[in-house]
Amino acid sequence: MSVADVGETLEGRTGKPPRKRARRSGWSTGYLLLLPGLLWLLVFFVAPTIQLAATSLYDSAGSLEAGYAMTWSFGNYLDALSTYREQFVRSLIYATTATGLALLLGYPLAYAIAFKAGRFKNLMLMLVIAPFFTSFLVRTLAWKSILADNGAVVETLKSVGILAPDGRLLATSVAVITGLTYNFLPFMVLPLYASLEKIDPRLLEAGKDLYANGFTAFRKITVPLSMPGVVAGTLLTFIPAAGDYINSELLGTPRQYMIGNVIDNTFLVQLNYPIAAACSVVLMVVVVVMVLLYVRRAGTEDLV
Amino acid sequence: MSKYRMASAPSTQVGQGGSLSRRTFLRGVSLSAMALSGSSLLAACGTEGAKQTAGSCVSEDLSASQKQLNFSNWPLYMDQTKVNQGGKSVTVYPTLQKFQQELDIEVKYVTDVNDNSEFFGIVRNQLAECESSGRDIFVLTDWMAARMISLGWLQKLDKNNLANVEANLVENLRAPSWDESRDYSVPWQSGLTGIAYNSELTSEVGSFEELLTRSDLKGKVTLLSEMHDTMMFMLLLQGADPEDFTSDEFGAAMERLQEVVDAGQIRSFTGNEYGQDLVKGNVVACEAWSGDVVQLQYDNPNIKFVAPEEGLALWSDNMLVPNKATHKTNAESLMDFYYDPKMAAELAAWVNYICPVAGAREEMTKIDPDLVENELIFPGDELMAKTYGFMGLDEKSEQDYQRQFAAVMGA
Repeated sequence: MSVADVGETLEGRTGKPPRKRARRSGWSTGYLLLLPGLLWLLVFFVAPTIQLAATSLYDSAGSLEAGYAMTWSFGNYLDALSTYREQFVRSLIYATTATGLALLLGYPLAYAIAFKAGRFKNLMLMLVIAPFFTSFLVRTLAWKSILADNGAVVETLKSVGILAPDGRLLATSVAVITGLTYNFLPFMVLPLYASLEKIDPRLLEAGKDLYANGFTAFRKITVPLSMPGVVAGTLLTFIPAAGDYINSELLGTPRQYMIGNVIDNTFLVQLNYPIAAACSVVLMVVVVVMVLLYVRRAGTEDLV
Repeated sequence: MSKYRMASAPSTQVGQGGSLSRRTFLRGVSLSAMALSGSSLLAACGTEGAKQTAGSCVSEDLSASQKQLNFSNWPLYMDQTKVNQGGKSVTVYPTLQKFQQELDIEVKYVTDVNDNSEFFGIVRNQLAECESSGRDIFVLTDWMAARMISLGWLQKLDKNNLANVEANLVENLRAPSWDESRDYSVPWQSGLTGIAYNSELTSEVGSFEELLTRSDLKGKVTLLSEMHDTMMFMLLLQGADPEDFTSDEFGAAMERLQEVVDAGQIRSFTGNEYGQDLVKGNVVACEAWSGDVVQLQYDNPNIKFVAPEEGLALWSDNMLVPNKATHKTNAESLMDFYYDPKMAAELAAWVNYICPVAGAREEMTKIDPDLVENELIFPGDELMAKTYGFMGLDEKSEQDYQRQFAAVMGA
């Protein structure tokens, strides 16, 4: 019996169709439920964003002491872009690399958890989430010990000749990208797992019946069906990674600074609020545009 | 499938029936969003100056009726000990407890100052608008204290309530260029900025010049990302006076720093985290804060602190009372309490920074005779003669110098 049928029988029983009332209350309930969320967004997202955009157009010759005048100085954007182009580009490169690495590491892991873990499935999922039980900072600082100059990792790399005798990992891009990859890996694994886990194994059996070998079945069935997970995972990794500043602060040096560090420094140390705001707006716009292009290409029908 | 269809189709009918349709609802929502954002846009059209004066921002003192005090300080900057309370181990602050008992003032002690700039960002909006920051005392480093004074964000202290401070503040700290008669600030603890090195891994590094040029240190040196500390040494290297320099001298010092960075001598610019790298041997020599080095020496006796030939920086973290703090007299009582040499010695024995209180050295003989001879806690006159402060900067030059410094760090 379908849902529609149930409805009809119910109507039949009560005699008079309760349609109108039920519908109307159901309808307004939907919007009432939206209201708290919308208000929240309005107060804590829309208003600050406008404030941010306004700040980015203040006269950058102003100061905290004298105040800032609204002069619609679009030149701030040129200033920000030309001064900090390097850090913008670096952020995008680091974030893209970290996302790629997280995908390479995360896909097999999610695959193993979804299909091969058996009774260890819950345990393995727990382990993926486990890092969240400690602070982001503590985890990143732990990497300082792991990658230390005279630590095991560096010694090993030196002895096999991958790293020059006076080489190091800490305070380099490698350390920052490693940190980014590590910190955002769970955001990649969880959506991948969710979409892999939903795949009906009978599809793979059917594929095999049609003489597809393991690889072809993987390529033609598993990969396309896991695409929503890939899209969600890469977005959840890329977006926070592009704006991150903790990894470059702790594992890198000012030479590895990303745009997040620039915003932090211009806002808190240099007290150049218009430029800081302009950098934030540019970062936001760049990420949104990249995400839109990506989502349009990859498709989101199955995402939601 | 049919369920969805049933739900969605009629809703359009209702809309056509004259009541609120989804489209009009959404339009309403976006209109009100625009109205609201429009008004905030107007509000956001420029900002007023943040400068306050004694006349523009008047604070009330409720100390007589409210025996309480909100105190914000840096972590690990107050003597503490663990006691067993009802089966649980609780951290208490012995000297602060004594203060509370003796003066019957309840202190809410919070260690929420981790960084001068960050803390400025936290209280900026309130103090710019002449609103309460929720704190009666906070502790900030010289240059930030100077900025707060020039913004008019601090309350003037009443010297009548500060008899111990008047009597016992050490001579070198009595007249900083930015608060010449200590009207707004009282040092909490002081420190030196000099060179630290790991004697197991390198020979002594006696001067800043050596730190920046010795080839065996290449890539194993860190400098502090604190502009005032690092640039003080660069200015000294140029033969300029850090307490009174021109922007040309600053430019030349900055150029020299750029050369050193380009040569690959500097591994990184760091905050407090250089200690970890120094103990682990990632860094063999660095610019360092004296109090950190005393602490690091407990873990690794090979870490040595050097007063560089060029001179060293003497700085203080200062107790300040912000505008609209309602317990100024209580705050002054606390300042005066810690300038009792006995209390100052107890504090210094735990904190290990330079004690700004004359007479505390004598008291220390009773607490920990080892520390009495430690020059990093009670520096001798000879060492103190080599110390410099940093010129107080106005906001524009501060901004400009910080920008230049950030560019060299991240180039």
